[in-house]
Amino acid sequence: MISALLVMIGIAAFLGTVLGFSAIRFKVQGNPLVDKIDAVLPQTQCGQCGYPGCKPYAEAIAKGEAEINLCPPGGEDGIHKLADLLGKEFVPFGEGAAPKGKSVAFIDENTCIGCTLCIQACPVDAIVGAAKQMHTIIASECTGCELCLAPCPVDCISMLPIAEDITNWKWRYPVFPIRNAA
Amino acid sequence: MKAIFRFHGGIHPPTHKAASTRTPITPAALPSKLVIPLHQHVGIRAKAVVQVGERVLKGQVIGRPEGRLSSTVHASTSGTVSAIDMQLVAHHSGLPDLCVTLIPDGKDEWIEHGGVDYKQISHTEVRHLLRQAGVVGLGGAVFPSDVKAYSNKHKIKTMVLNGAECEPYITCDDMLMRERAHDILRGAEVLRELLYAEEVLVGIEDNKPEAIAAMRQAVIDDQHEHMRVISVPTVYPSGGAKQLIRILTGIEVAAGVRSPEMGVQCFNVATAYSAWRAIRHGEPLLSRIVTVTGNVDDARNFEVLLGTPVDELVTQAGRRPDTDRHIMGGPMMGVQLPAATVGVAKATNCIIASSPALFPPPQPALPCIRCTRCAEVCPAELQPQDLYWFAKSNNFGKAQEFHLFDCIECGACAYVCPSHIPLVSYYRYAKSEIWEREQESQAAELARERHEYRQYRIEREKQEKAEKLAQKEKAAAAAKAAAAAAAEKARLDTPSDPDADPDDTMQLRIEAALARAKEQAATTQPKNTDTLTPQQQAEINEIDARRARIHASAHHDAEPKNE
Amino acid sequence: MLKVMLALIPGIALYVWYFGPAILVSITLASITALATEAAMLKLRDRPLKPFLSDNSALLTAWLLALSIPPLAPWWLVVVGTTFAISVSKHLYGGLGSNPFNPAMIGYAVLIISFPMHMTHWLTPHALGGVELTFAEQLGYIFNGALPRGLTLDAITMATALDTMKTQLHLGLSVSDIRDMPIYGRLAGQGSEMVALGFALGGIYLLLNRIITWHLPLAYLGALFATAGIFHLVDPAHYVTPLFHWFSGAAMIGAFFILTDPVTSPTTAKGKIIFALGAGILTYLIRAFGGFPDGMAFATLFMNICVPLIDAWTQPKVFGKKGDGK
Repeated sequence: MISALLVMIGIAAFLGTVLGFSAIRFKVQGNPLVDKIDAVLPQTQCGQCGYPGCKPYAEAIAKGEAEINLCPPGGEDGIHKLADLLGKEFVPFGEGAAPKGKSVAFIDENTCIGCTLCIQACPVDAIVGAAKQMHTIIASECTGCELCLAPCPVDCISMLPIAEDITNWKWRYPVFPIRNAA
Repeated sequence: MKAIFRFHGGIHPPTHKAASTRTPITPAALPSKLVIPLHQHVGIRAKAVVQVGERVLKGQVIGRPEGRLSSTVHASTSGTVSAIDMQLVAHHSGLPDLCVTLIPDGKDEWIEHGGVDYKQISHTEVRHLLRQAGVVGLGGAVFPSDVKAYSNKHKIKTMVLNGAECEPYITCDDMLMRERAHDILRGAEVLRELLYAEEVLVGIEDNKPEAIAAMRQAVIDDQHEHMRVISVPTVYPSGGAKQLIRILTGIEVAAGVRSPEMGVQCFNVATAYSAWRAIRHGEPLLSRIVTVTGNVDDARNFEVLLGTPVDELVTQAGRRPDTDRHIMGGPMMGVQLPAATVGVAKATNCIIASSPALFPPPQPALPCIRCTRCAEVCPAELQPQDLYWFAKSNNFGKAQEFHLFDCIECGACAYVCPSHIPLVSYYRYAKSEIWEREQESQAAELARERHEYRQYRIEREKQEKAEKLAQKEKAAAAAKAAAAAAAEKARLDTPSDPDADPDDTMQLRIEAALARAKEQAATTQPKNTDTLTPQQQAEINEIDARRARIHASAHHDAEPKNE
Repeated sequence: MLKVMLALIPGIALYVWYFGPAILVSITLASITALATEAAMLKLRDRPLKPFLSDNSALLTAWLLALSIPPLAPWWLVVVGTTFAISVSKHLYGGLGSNPFNPAMIGYAVLIISFPMHMTHWLTPHALGGVELTFAEQLGYIFNGALPRGLTLDAITMATALDTMKTQLHLGLSVSDIRDMPIYGRLAGQGSEMVALGFALGGIYLLLNRIITWHLPLAYLGALFATAGIFHLVDPAHYVTPLFHWFSGAAMIGAFFILTDPVTSPTTAKGKIIFALGAGILTYLIRAFGGFPDGMAFATLFMNICVPLIDAWTQPKVFGKKGDGK
């Protein structure tokens, strides 16, 4: 009886030490879940989720404050990935939040008055220009977040959908009629 | 006798080669127009350097290489550029790409050109010549040859010259070797010297005895000491670069590894031939040998100007009326052409006219029963049945883990599949999905970095501003203290208003500054308004009006927004 | 699959020769049931009938199952087993190609667990000269359960060679005593040993035609032989010879026809050997120490579960990646 108790106490003490040691030795800096969620998000920084960027949205999801279906640029695929990561059920997009096709912003350079408002709005610094000088978009850096559209006083920015050409063409999923045609 | 190695698997489909080897290579007739794609090589698309309406001479550059991995495109004959636009090209997607359309004038007038003795010039100059002549791998990969014929990091021991031509129907390399063996080997000798390779092994499948004999004779005639012509067993896909290297040297080049790292480089026989024409005769790559076969009366090999529409070419071989589509390349790996108007490109080794009788529509696919016939024939020693399973269920991570990217898409697995599953389609789908995801995650990473840097910059600017402000305040406080001391001194001298609060004066000063700033902002005009057209002025007026409206609506929140 | 069924014919012919035509009845019954169930399931799953019915996979399952059930079994036994095999163990898992377990063996397992009585009444071979039923009388029993007057089931059937061996050993007899009993022939059970030989012949035909590879049968029979051999050498009085194990029960048909089902066996050469070795050892262990007369079915099913694991473990090195140990 006594020996059993001692053994149990001994085990408890040993395991407690191990746990305590690992808590100090292997302490994880920051919240790893936030980083994992952030890695799934498309980094458009568009704010369509209602948070000021992808990281804040990731933090909100990690805290359980936000639903996982608020990111249209991530697509349904993104929701699936988040659901897998968090062990949640898939939630479809809410009304009006359906993802659009990919696009890049384009500044009509004849109309631009050089107000720099779009430059300040761009979350990824993909617009170059200076006050009272014409601005232009660095297409390769543009995430298509549309945040530059609203501030433009002359409405010279438009979103151009990315068309499929030979360089970005993808093989389709092979479809073969195994099922009876309806 | 050199030892020959074997690679795993492989198949023996009926070759269908005899039909097109009965007649010698014939020059194809000058077509009514040439549709020359500007992207006929691996790498970056060439940049058009001619204008619509411009008259060009045969051999004139019409597309200049852009960047290191690119190649030159030339006018295949003299004539007038009639269009530079998007035309259908031979690509699996069936999408158009930028092409130069040339209407030949029938004179076939050459631009001034001339060959050099490659021994008199440096290797760098030779490579430059190859690039200028648009010489790319003609075996199908169309990799710029000047890039391949260079290795400073790795010692190249063996250069493999690929004359295997394993795919059914295709005989263009066979006929080229039979008729022009001497020039092929001279070109190979140049490439060998560029690589400082010790030996050249020419691999030819043993179903081409005439080509083997011709090449062996040429080796003897020109006394090429470093070259050996080796007859290799006929098995598909022995003509794959990796497979042929394995057969001839026993070296296995893994996916993601380039053969020079293993001391081997591989060129196609037609590439060597065109390299020789470019260097010795100054002729850029304007034409190539194309096998026209399949559902035609007179299957044969033509020497075809690049850009010749497939339609006009196949007609010359007597296309039968029930032809319903054309395949570029062989039946195993070829591309089904989106239209017969597509121009012959550097990669076009063969055109097969196809009819429902010749290539019946594929039987419906049945479930995989894991019989592993595919694994038995896979030359890359993969487990195609597992890859199929993963690709089908979009389990791309697992597919990569099972070496999806070692697949060379030779089609042997689909050929033997008893369930008629189009396996290669699944692998291509999975590969392109994985590529896209890779690109997307790179783009996301870039966006994240830029966003984080921006946040940091804004934070830093804020801090700097705050510091500046603190300093100013400090200075102001010091000044105030000094002033207070002076005032104290003055007060001691003269009595003053006891209600005067020093904070009030601060407030007043800020207000004054704000008012000044506002005034300034109101009077500021854009500098580019000096010379305006009435239209621009109208636009500006309109914008100003809108601004005013927005301003007004911001002040009256209740007011509904009109725009 | 047609060739596989062709390869079963010598075995079936010998079966008929030694035990009478009752087996043909159960094969026919199983075939009809299998096709009907397959058609019904395909219809339910909205798949085309023709390609799947004509691939003979359902028929093969039916034949294999019928061959593992006593010929003189009531008709519903065959029907229940086949229906279960096709519908549950094949179609509920996704149909052809997706089933993790061998359908015929699942059918057998269900029957032997649910109806052990019926599953142990095997026909006596002609050579033993006992009471024999005419074909009409056999049909009468199969479909009506009616035996001719004055006969009991025990009088016309017997346990299998393996079963008898097991029960007699339990009674304390030695192997050599038991082997002297009339039901035993030169190698194993009288008659059944010849049927096994017939299946082996069919298996060799499959090997020659490259329908199956040597890995599975060889490793299976090798493992069975080796395990049985070790026990036999240690104690010949209690453990029969390895050859007896080879030619009794389902060893031969299993080695060439059941284990070699590509859907439920590993795909890699190494994996096939591991799979068959495991099945061979398990078969012996179940036969020698388990509660069931034959271990083939359960050994197969057990190894079927391990297939994904075996496959994952035995992935061969691919082209160009052999030397560097990556």
